Amino acid sequence: MDFISSHLLTFILFSPVIAAVIIFLLPKEQENLIRWAALVLSLFPLAFTIILWCGFDRSLAGFQYQESFVWYPAINSSFHVGVDGISLTMVLLTTLLTPVSILASFSIKDRIKSYMILFFLLEMGMLGVFLALDLLIFFVFWEFGLVPMYFLINQWGSEKGEREIWGGKKIPARTYASFKFMLYTMAGSLGLLLAIQMIGVVANTFDLPTLYRVWPTLDKPLFGLSISTVKSIAFWAFTIAFAIKVPVWPFHTWLPDAHTEAPTAGSMILAGVLLKLGAYGFLRFVLPLYPAESNYYAGALGFLAVMAIIFGAFASYGQSDFKRLVAYSSVNHMGFVVLGIAAAAHASGTENANIAMNGAVLQMFNHGLSAAGMFFLVGVIYERTHTRNLNDFGGLFPLVPVYGGILIFTSMASLGLPGLNGFISEFLVVRGSWPVFTVYTALAMIGLLFTGAYILRGLKQVLHGPLNEQWIGHLTEINTREIVVMAPLMILMLWIGVWPAWILDVINRAVAILF
Amino acid sequence: MQFPILSVIVFTPIVAGLLILMIPADRKTEVRVTALAASTFALLLSIWAYFSYDVSAGGYQFVEKVSWLPQLGISYHVGLDGMNAPLLLLTGVVMFTGVLISWGIDDRPREFFAFLFILATGVFGVFVTLDLFMLFFFYEIAVFPMYLLISIWGWKETREYAAMKLTLYLFIGSVIAMVGALAMYFTAGMKTFDMLELEKAGFSIAFQQLWFPFVFLGFGVLGGIWPFHNWSPDGHVAAPTAVSMFHAGVLMKLGAFAALRVGVMLLPEGAKFWMGGVICLTLVNVVYGAFIASVQNDFKYVIGFSSVSHMGLVLMGFATLTKTGLIGSGIQMFSHGVMTALFFAVVGMVYDQAHTRDIPHLGGFRKYMPLVAVAFIVGGLVSMGMPGFSGFVAEFPIFMGVWQSYPWVALIAAVSIVITASYIIRVIGRVFFGQLPEEFEGHIHDVTVLDKVALVFLSAILIILGVFPGIMVPMVQSGVENVMRLLGGA
Amino acid sequence: MISGTFNPSMILSILPEISILVLGFLVLFFDLFLSKEHHDKLGWITAGGLGVIIIGCLLVIRPNESVLQTFAFGGMIRYDWMGFTFKMLFLFSAAITAMFAMGMEKIGKRGEFYLLMLASTIGMCLMASAADLIMLYLAIETTSIPLYILAGFITQDEKSTEAGFKYLLFGAMTSAILLYGFSLLYGFTGTTQIYKISNIIQSGGIPTELSFGVLILVIVGFAFKISAVPLHFWAPDVYEGAPTPVAGFLSTASKAAGFSVLLRVLLIAFPEILPYWSAFLVAISTLTMTIGNLLALTQKNIKRMLAYSSIAHAGYALIGLGSITYDSFFGMSSVVFYLIAYVITNLAAFGVVAAFGRVSGSDDIAAYAGLSRRSPALALAMLVAFLSLAGMPPFGGFVVKFIVFAAAVQANLIWLAVVGVLNSIIGLYYYLTVLKVVYLYRSEDEEKPLPIPRSYSLALGVLVTGILLIGIVMAPWLNLSIKSVVSLF
Repeated sequence: MDFISSHLLTFILFSPVIAAVIIFLLPKEQENLIRWAALVLSLFPLAFTIILWCGFDRSLAGFQYQESFVWYPAINSSFHVGVDGISLTMVLLTTLLTPVSILASFSIKDRIKSYMILFFLLEMGMLGVFLALDLLIFFVFWEFGLVPMYFLINQWGSEKGEREIWGGKKIPARTYASFKFMLYTMAGSLGLLLAIQMIGVVANTFDLPTLYRVWPTLDKPLFGLSISTVKSIAFWAFTIAFAIKVPVWPFHTWLPDAHTEAPTAGSMILAGVLLKLGAYGFLRFVLPLYPAESNYYAGALGFLAVMAIIFGAFASYGQSDFKRLVAYSSVNHMGFVVLGIAAAAHASGTENANIAMNGAVLQMFNHGLSAAGMFFLVGVIYERTHTRNLNDFGGLFPLVPVYGGILIFTSMASLGLPGLNGFISEFLVVRGSWPVFTVYTALAMIGLLFTGAYILRGLKQVLHGPLNEQWIGHLTEINTREIVVMAPLMILMLWIGVWPAWILDVINRAVAILF
Repeated sequence: MQFPILSVIVFTPIVAGLLILMIPADRKTEVRVTALAASTFALLLSIWAYFSYDVSAGGYQFVEKVSWLPQLGISYHVGLDGMNAPLLLLTGVVMFTGVLISWGIDDRPREFFAFLFILATGVFGVFVTLDLFMLFFFYEIAVFPMYLLISIWGWKETREYAAMKLTLYLFIGSVIAMVGALAMYFTAGMKTFDMLELEKAGFSIAFQQLWFPFVFLGFGVLGGIWPFHNWSPDGHVAAPTAVSMFHAGVLMKLGAFAALRVGVMLLPEGAKFWMGGVICLTLVNVVYGAFIASVQNDFKYVIGFSSVSHMGLVLMGFATLTKTGLIGSGIQMFSHGVMTALFFAVVGMVYDQAHTRDIPHLGGFRKYMPLVAVAFIVGGLVSMGMPGFSGFVAEFPIFMGVWQSYPWVALIAAVSIVITASYIIRVIGRVFFGQLPEEFEGHIHDVTVLDKVALVFLSAILIILGVFPGIMVPMVQSGVENVMRLLGGA
Repeated sequence: MISGTFNPSMILSILPEISILVLGFLVLFFDLFLSKEHHDKLGWITAGGLGVIIIGCLLVIRPNESVLQTFAFGGMIRYDWMGFTFKMLFLFSAAITAMFAMGMEKIGKRGEFYLLMLASTIGMCLMASAADLIMLYLAIETTSIPLYILAGFITQDEKSTEAGFKYLLFGAMTSAILLYGFSLLYGFTGTTQIYKISNIIQSGGIPTELSFGVLILVIVGFAFKISAVPLHFWAPDVYEGAPTPVAGFLSTASKAAGFSVLLRVLLIAFPEILPYWSAFLVAISTLTMTIGNLLALTQKNIKRMLAYSSIAHAGYALIGLGSITYDSFFGMSSVVFYLIAYVITNLAAFGVVAAFGRVSGSDDIAAYAGLSRRSPALALAMLVAFLSLAGMPPFGGFVVKFIVFAAAVQANLIWLAVVGVLNSIIGLYYYLTVLKVVYLYRSEDEEKPLPIPRSYSLALGVLVTGILLIGIVMAPWLNLSIKSVVSLF
């Protein structure tokens, strides 16, 4: 037991790999065995995380459960992991959503074995990002996570749809989307990579706690440029990489494509966890490493966040594709996260900052729940109707009352109905940033209005209005497995909405220390 | 006296090659088995040598020295250090997998394996030798079988042209470097070709500056340095699979390694003087190579130009003259060697089934050869420097080295990463996924067990090195420290 | 030191020549008394006899320290390592040539062929050790006249006749010039003793220009022998027309003989004007290798190609000769070493051509298509020989080229080394072109077997072993070369 608790993070991080190996060894034909094995194995990281959550000492400052051993001696990089409140929340989100998504993937029939292996690798990549306390190790996992996601979209994405590329040539939409996803993120990471290399060269270490001390206080000119210029460039290199991942307007265009084409579980993870990587990057790297620059450029970031909120909402409203609608809603919701972060950066040290930051982190968690839920529900109806066009639906509530209920519940959480989780976090963000960026926040409120509008419009087109006759007899009610998928998500939505303290407590400690 | 492990490694292939020549021509199975046995033996020995190298002690180990031509101070002098130990291992690996992949060669396999093994002896020899004359001796031995291997067993369309081009390019490069080596010999006036002695010769700065470009670029030709890289894609494409593997996997390292050993280590002042220029050339290599690769339609040309780009990174790492950069280059040589061997193996397997390498005409191969697809993806990820694979642990320090010496170059060179990613993804998508063209339906079969063994072996090395760089880094570091000592600890 | 009285030990110095003479009589005897169907044994007798002589000489008359560097027969002959090394080389090539000749229908069964070859060999041996201009001239003529006949030996063949005649005309003209040079030299110095000329030139105050002018006349004579540009025109035609074994003999032994004389005369008789003649030779060398290589590029006939390649090789050897300095024996010994390797390699190349030509009847390069399938062993021998000519390790050609270029670099003639290096790349190109035909191209005849007589197998085996031995175990050969040039003085 001692061994487990002293290497708990390693266990969490690499149990998905072990799971992948076990799946790899199973025979290809035993599809059911693979499915159930994957589900059971995915519960292990969750169990470890719960142990971690319970063992996590909320009163202590700094990182806990740290482990470190030399990984790349020549350039002083170590495999250094540790958790604080922020990463703990994110780890919980990841390990929770993975079994849920795997359960949601039971309907996949094509090459289920490769699918599950990729899924576990993806989980490991995401966990690694949240746990890493070494810049290089962080980057390793950051990039690595791309690969399984790319293949999930590329291979198991929706089979319909074509996109025209230059020269009038048509390629499958999922190929287009996955390529765009990969290229955007890699191009974004490029600046990040270069900046990390530069930091490594200058500081001669990649260890994050050390860099927290060394890097912000550096004041020698570098490469013939003044230190502030170098830092500004590096700041933007980091920021753009993370902004693409979040995604912040105007770097968001890969997202609707990727989401729309990804398989259901892929979208769940993509919206639920992958987008959080970018926001987490802001919190873990940008703010502590570049306090001065963050403060200075916070206004710009806030502006982008507001644009994301407004345009995300507008765009979402304009969609006729149910999945695209949900996809754009992610842009909209993640905008609040960034707005909170920007406000906190601008007013660091104040109470407002603390509130905004708490809101941002909680919003990350909440959006993870609700977006995953929404995508899953879209997937449920798509599997039955094979269409995502909102105009093809209508008046389905009488046919599928349980499904309708769940959809309404989840939508309301997403919309920010008081009593559900979304309200708490968005309120905190708005409350925190109002004194800091009054105008931006006011504009964001308009965006919030449209959030309500598009969600209600979506609900109306699917569930209400005149019944589209063709679905009678074809549309079956949501089944037990699918309800089991939704159950933990809905419980958490309600729980956080009613009693957020259990999670805010963990977050707040970390945020307070951070700033 | 200790077991002369390096000599045994060096001469195992050529002895096996001669044995193979004595087997009657129609006993093809015996020929193959002998070849496999010999290459396995060499592989095991090189693994043994690699792991019994004592990193903490450093320096040259397993040294053997026999006077050979005392009148001129030439001796058979071999030794293993941190720089060449990975390359020795690489050669063993590529030789072993090359034999596995070539099992199906039916046209005069006896001669094929014999020439391949002569080549292998040359390669082993260059890597371990510590004598300048012997270096050229083995270098030429490594070059000329290439001609026959490409022109006899290569791709019918271009093999004659490509083989001749390759041989002449490499020969020109090496003889020009040889003149430089002779100049060193006589200028030092020490009556020795022993590189360890010549390191102490203390050449005048003017001399070093004069001769460095000849020596470095002379060997750089084989390393594929721009603008002398032209032979390489043509050669890769025309060569039969195993030879492409050897060629891109090992031979190009030969050039880079010799450029380091002779150019940088013997003429450090020249290196310092010229490195700004060299880094510009390698920058062109890296970016231009990647760009050209991305517009190719021939599967094999894509890989061929990607090698140009990656070898550019190796030379760029040298050119930084920094510890990190050199460590990166050392690892990149190994990593790229294994990766590109894997690539060419895959290309060969696809071509054997499809009889075309035109990317637009391929597709859907995943379905019939899933393992090949996975192997190619692993190679592709290494190639684009994806973390978790060996390419990352190699390229990262190179870029750090570049940051230390020429920050702007790092920014430009980084473009190549995105270009590489784009063409690799494109190739993966086009060749292995998508729709299988109708004309291949029913004609495509999975590869043999031996092929699979080779692919798994190569892929595993790439992943293991990517996850645990610690198994190679300290060793390379000890080798690099020696180079840095010659460079004056800069 | 030079005495006119006869001393029985002097016999030792010409023992090889005497033995060859005896062997010649033996061949003649057997030619008369052997029945017609056993005439193909004549070649074995010649080759075997020469082999016995070589072994005998190595055992008995190796110049040891006590009798080192002595003059014999009134200063006509110098008994030293230089002469001995070259004699062994000539005997060796004669033996190999005899083995090659055996398999040729039109020459192999005729005793006079072997006799003429042996006569010529006697001449060469004397050339290598002659220390007197008169002796030297006689030796040259003894060498040449049988060679003229050998070149035109197949009288039914117009080409062969033409070759013989051409060789005769060129040879006669250049030997006249050579004789003119010798006579001038005698006129100026009053002596024909090579070892005395130098002193007299020095003390007699003969102007440098004059002695250089004389020297040029002499060099012209030898340039013909070694087929250096511009006196190379005869070589391709003669090689093409002459029976292949004879062409091989011409391009190796005869050429080596020319070099052996050149070394002795230049180094011993004209040391004062070394800068002049070395510059002159450097120029010739550059021209010779460049023109030889360039013309070889376009050849369609393998014998012509080898002729031009042997011209080019004379150019490489001349690099060593042009790089001679008196500070070190490096340049001089590089020439000797080069010749040893060259003779063995080129004999192998011509041997392969002979072996192929006797079956296929063609010397076109294109006819070699499919050879590697018809006879892998012969193809391999060809590979070894050609790659050695191209200067690839682990064959002899690599080492000697390396050493010749090293000599140039040492003499500060780096540009000459670079020219040589570039030339060797051209060389590589055309050698590879032939190998490409051998290994790559298919032909309709490739199913036809290509029988190789035992004598060829043996000879080629010996030569290939020799090429590898020189390439891998270099030290003894270089030692021998150094010992030879040291003994010159």
